[in-house]
Amino acid sequence: MAMLLGVDVGSTTVKVAVYDESLNLIHKSYVRHFSRVNRTVVESLKRVAEKFGGEYRVSITGSAGLGLSQRSGLNFVQEVQAAFIAIRKFYPDADCAVELGGEDAKIIFLTGGAEQRMNGSCAGGTGAFIDQMATLLNLTVTEMDEYALKAEKIYPIASRCGVFAKSDVQPLLNQGADKADIAASIFQAVVDQTLSGLAQGRRIKGKVLFLGGPLHFLKGLRKAFTQTLELSPENAVFPDDAPCFMAMGAALNSVSEKPRDINEIIEKIQSVDSGDEIVYSQPLFKDKEEYAEFVRRHRATDLRFADIAGYCGDCYLGVDSGSTTTKLMLITPDCRILYSHYQSNNGQPLDVIIDKLKEIYALGGGRLKIRAAAVTGYGEDLIKSAIKADFGVVETVAHFRAATHFNPNVDFIIDIGGQDIKCFKIKNGAIDSIMLNEACSSGCGSFIQTFARAMGMEIDKFSQEGLFAKHPVELGSRCTVFMNSAVKQAQKEGAGIDDISAGLSSSIVKNAIYKVIRAKSADELGENIVVQGGTFLNDAVLRSFELETGKQVIRPGIAGLMGAFGAALYAKEKIGDKPSTVLDAQRLENFSYVSRSSTCRGCTSNCHINVITFADGTKYVSGNKCERGAGLKPAASDLDIYAYKQKRLSSCVRPVQSYKAKVGLPLQLGMYDQLPLWAEFFTQLGFQPVLSEKSSRKLYFRGQHTVASDTACYPAKLMHGHIESLLDKGVDFIFLPCESYNIDEHCSVNHYNCPVVAYYPELLKANNERLSADNFIMPYIDLNMESNAVGKLYASLKKYGVKKSEVSRAFKKGMAALEAYHADVRAKGEEILKTAALENKQAIVLAGRPYHLDEEINHGINKLLTSLNLAVLSEDSVYEKGDMVKVNVLNQWTYQARLYRAADFVAKHGGVQLVQLVSFGCGIDAITADEVRAIMEKHGKLYTQIKIDEINNLGVVKIRLRSMLAAIGED
Amino acid sequence: METFDYTTPYPRWEEGMKSTHKILVPDMLPWHFSIISEIMKMEGYDVEVLKNDSRQVIDEGLKHVHNDTCFPCLCVVGQYIDALKSGKYDLNKTALLITQSGGGCRASNYVSLIRKAIYAEFPQVPVVSLNFSGLEKSSSLKLPFSLVLKLAFAIFYGDSLMWCYNQTKPYEKVAGQADAARDDCVKFILEAFGRGGYRNYKKINGRIISAFAAVQRSSAEKIRVGIVGEIYVKYARLGNNHLEEFLVKEGCEPVVPALMDFVLYCIINVVNDKKLYGIKSGHPHIFAFVYRLLHGIQKKIIKQFVREGTFTPIHDFSHLRACADKVINQGVKMGEGWLIPAEMAALAETGVPNIVCAQPFGCLPNHIAGKGVIRTLKKLYADENIVAVDYDPSATKVNQENRIKLMLASAAENKKGRG
Repeated sequence: MAMLLGVDVGSTTVKVAVYDESLNLIHKSYVRHFSRVNRTVVESLKRVAEKFGGEYRVSITGSAGLGLSQRSGLNFVQEVQAAFIAIRKFYPDADCAVELGGEDAKIIFLTGGAEQRMNGSCAGGTGAFIDQMATLLNLTVTEMDEYALKAEKIYPIASRCGVFAKSDVQPLLNQGADKADIAASIFQAVVDQTLSGLAQGRRIKGKVLFLGGPLHFLKGLRKAFTQTLELSPENAVFPDDAPCFMAMGAALNSVSEKPRDINEIIEKIQSVDSGDEIVYSQPLFKDKEEYAEFVRRHRATDLRFADIAGYCGDCYLGVDSGSTTTKLMLITPDCRILYSHYQSNNGQPLDVIIDKLKEIYALGGGRLKIRAAAVTGYGEDLIKSAIKADFGVVETVAHFRAATHFNPNVDFIIDIGGQDIKCFKIKNGAIDSIMLNEACSSGCGSFIQTFARAMGMEIDKFSQEGLFAKHPVELGSRCTVFMNSAVKQAQKEGAGIDDISAGLSSSIVKNAIYKVIRAKSADELGENIVVQGGTFLNDAVLRSFELETGKQVIRPGIAGLMGAFGAALYAKEKIGDKPSTVLDAQRLENFSYVSRSSTCRGCTSNCHINVITFADGTKYVSGNKCERGAGLKPAASDLDIYAYKQKRLSSCVRPVQSYKAKVGLPLQLGMYDQLPLWAEFFTQLGFQPVLSEKSSRKLYFRGQHTVASDTACYPAKLMHGHIESLLDKGVDFIFLPCESYNIDEHCSVNHYNCPVVAYYPELLKANNERLSADNFIMPYIDLNMESNAVGKLYASLKKYGVKKSEVSRAFKKGMAALEAYHADVRAKGEEILKTAALENKQAIVLAGRPYHLDEEINHGINKLLTSLNLAVLSEDSVYEKGDMVKVNVLNQWTYQARLYRAADFVAKHGGVQLVQLVSFGCGIDAITADEVRAIMEKHGKLYTQIKIDEINNLGVVKIRLRSMLAAIGED
Repeated sequence: METFDYTTPYPRWEEGMKSTHKILVPDMLPWHFSIISEIMKMEGYDVEVLKNDSRQVIDEGLKHVHNDTCFPCLCVVGQYIDALKSGKYDLNKTALLITQSGGGCRASNYVSLIRKAIYAEFPQVPVVSLNFSGLEKSSSLKLPFSLVLKLAFAIFYGDSLMWCYNQTKPYEKVAGQADAARDDCVKFILEAFGRGGYRNYKKINGRIISAFAAVQRSSAEKIRVGIVGEIYVKYARLGNNHLEEFLVKEGCEPVVPALMDFVLYCIINVVNDKKLYGIKSGHPHIFAFVYRLLHGIQKKIIKQFVREGTFTPIHDFSHLRACADKVINQGVKMGEGWLIPAEMAALAETGVPNIVCAQPFGCLPNHIAGKGVIRTLKKLYADENIVAVDYDPSATKVNQENRIKLMLASAAENKKGRG
């Protein structure tokens, strides 16, 4: 009888297990394959051959094993199935198993209805995600784990996808939050993702098995899982064999396979050639000459240097405290470089800058006089208050200043940094439109770097490799998580590092051109293009850009320092005769700070804030959504319709004497528009309306286990928490109608709700086991059809002893209350517009959906706007002032029809701007966004869009809003 | 109140173009379009179903539609643009045809989105809507009733073809026989449309069944796998990475529910809406009449299947509706709405509990009627084994296939458990 051999080829590792004839495990190995899959498998098997020789029944498993098995003709067993086999043999009493791998996450329910689940395509990265985060923290995974165990608090980090999480982590780093806390928060995010994305309504309980590499090696992650699931030590099982578990299962699965000689197996795997599924594109350069010419052309735009060691006189300092890197530049009045610095900020931008500033003073030896300093970038506020810089300047403006230095006629600037892609068009010497990447396509720049490092290469070497690649691979352009996957696939198919390097460069460029700029053709970009940002220092990226656009562009030699250079120029222009406030050498020597994090109790938002106290006693607060956190008086809210609507809505619910029953109204999705109707309706009928708790991250987590589709929009996912909250409040029933049609406001072809708003009650009913026909009333009604609606409502409520005539009367009153509410909102909008005009304030129509009123959904953007001295309106407060519109798309949803008319109003009036709020995952807004933009641009107005999700990162939003203000000349 | 027109002028379809223009059709329903396109030709429409299927197609789609737009729209736009760029067509004499349902889903906007994407590069090419909801009046194909009737029959025959082929191909003893039977049937069907007698569905359908029944089949037991989901990725090869072929290769029998069910679903929704909300407008009685007519034919076709005995018959639409009622309200009518859970339940009840629920990444109705109902279905049918697969230009095939394999492994496991 032959021995049993199992080979598990995962996305990052190769695991092998061997059983002898009497089913004793006699060998196991676990090796990282660094994407050299075949070679690693062969090496692992050769060890088996040397140690034991002989014949084996073999099965291959694992995400990277599929292709290998298909082409080698060896048996394949799906990895979850392999785990299933092993679990049943070794842990027959387990109830559930959680397995995290390099790129996959799986849950296997063993008891109470066996079920096996795997993450969807977008929940990308678990092990890979942890790797990426560790790189971001500048730690090894092991170090990050050690840190995590010392954590004291958990920050909310978007768990849905690596790209999103990164956008949450970066600001924490910039704010100087404790690495230990961040590390633990990252692990918590992995847990949250596993529970919401995979368990989806099924509770994980009983004896739970934890499998896969990350769960085996990372104690912090183990701790997060055990605590979140509230497992007792005997119920949380971490097998010693966890990393090789699938390989063991695969081996056990091989019993009925044909025995083969080990050398035959090795040969079969060796003979696998690279597959045919990769798409290749053209090489970047024909030959070395073409490259040399390219280099010569770009060298022409380098700045001149001045020697700081001998220089005596005035100079200007620019600091760009970016998301992943910190840049400093010191220039002479005639724009020569005295000093420049570019480094990864290692999560400590402040330390880096203080350090470098000291170096500058030391080098200058008292001969330098910093006449002015300006700070830009994510860390602007913190750094500005720390070094007492004279100015803060919005990133986009800084970049524009810098670009004009190289080409006064510049009409298009694209900046690809580590985290963000920013593009702006210049018209008549001012920024005309700004395009920033959405969170979903962020992190492209740093992705190359992270990837190069994972390959054990420096970024320079890695990009050089790509220049002369013969067959650059096509890697997609949607987001880095998908690119990551595509790279892995390409590697499995045998693509070389050079081809991948070139492919990545072109992916990033395509992402920028087609996803961020959304250009239809290269001609749209402009004639005088300046490219910048650290990523463009990579010649492969620069070349890809020129090839894709078919244009020669300017890349300054200081492409990575343009923000800092622009800030220095800004400081030079603005300072005039004033003395600079920037710390001098002596004050700098005494500089120190203490960082402390806490929770703000200013309001119910409970923001996690971080307070940095400088040696001179001044404080810098970050993480706060409003001025309260910073200890300031909040800006007046009387010019904020969001604040008005929130108050107006909560006043709809009033106490009812001797009520028939308590009805829960979940304040989310459509209820945000219809609350006045239903509150009045039920009050009139003698029910006590009870509102769900205010939305919060915490509330979201409470309902997370019933979320069925993790790619639905955040408002929908929050709804689950609202339902839990009402159930916990002990209401008699929850009321949430299904409405295919919204109210016909006569400004669109049809008046649908979006599918999510229309039918979400169905999903809630199906996925929350606490809901039943008894305590969840969800009639299908059309508010335009009164008698039908009354009939439906009567049928739903008659068991509470209401009469049909009463229902009819209550419905009429409810509809009247709804109209009154809408009228009030419009009147308030009118008032705000008038006052703003009187006070000469810009008004912003923050246009979205009724449920964007929710503070957890809009993250307090309205408050941010009022703090910038702006008046805030909403789409429903102004749309009736707009004309009826005919748009290019089918105008068939009520809320979206309001949006178009609101845009029409803004586009045709001075003193008002529009910012469109779009929930991530909103399919409808993929359609409306382009239309609203077209409406704005038709009348020469700026279009600004802000995508919002569970991400709580007002920093990016602020940059975007300030850029907009700068473009209209208000910042 | 004034109306401001923000529309970009676009070329419209005029009836006269029928004689001058070639009409390109995306490869949405390979089974049905091969018949329908020929019928259209007989009626004087110069129709061509696009078969381009390279990565280039997806890339063109990516370039020309918004990142968050659904995958089907991206595929269709990609096929069009790739074709228009190929140089094979006279751009001044080419039009693009797309169907439009007019429901509350984004899909109703495909026409506009395609028009926008095409207009940027090919401003002279009209995009034509084929719909039965009175939309796009200025640029839609107005088919004579006789042709609409022909299309309805073509759908019935396409369904039977697909249904018999899928039950034959995995079992054929001599490779190629199932395909030969299909070619033979298509020829026969088209002849019927050409010389008249296409309405004799008993004869035609009988002929389809017997052609496939004549193919020698092995008695190997295979896992039967249902394919449900969003209409495009459910049927289109380009959309679902050749899912049917993949399943056959994996040793399974793909079970793809009939297109007529979707047609009946669209028709009955109008009737349902009237009942559900008391809506008076429209002509629900006409829809009810057409529904009864088509459903009547479907029932007779089912009888033919039963009498002949070789193949399991197609689903009875009234059974699908009864199945839907167990899971979700028939008021869920956007996108494929209640039809998806209905099909998943009906499949489970007819011995096909293993299901791929194909959906475009981020598909809105599918949150509710796809992923949202899986839990309910599992409670109803102990064996129900559903894998929801997202289709997206950037999702890798390996990733999709691995998930399907997991479902298949569970299927094999369940089968063992029962045996």
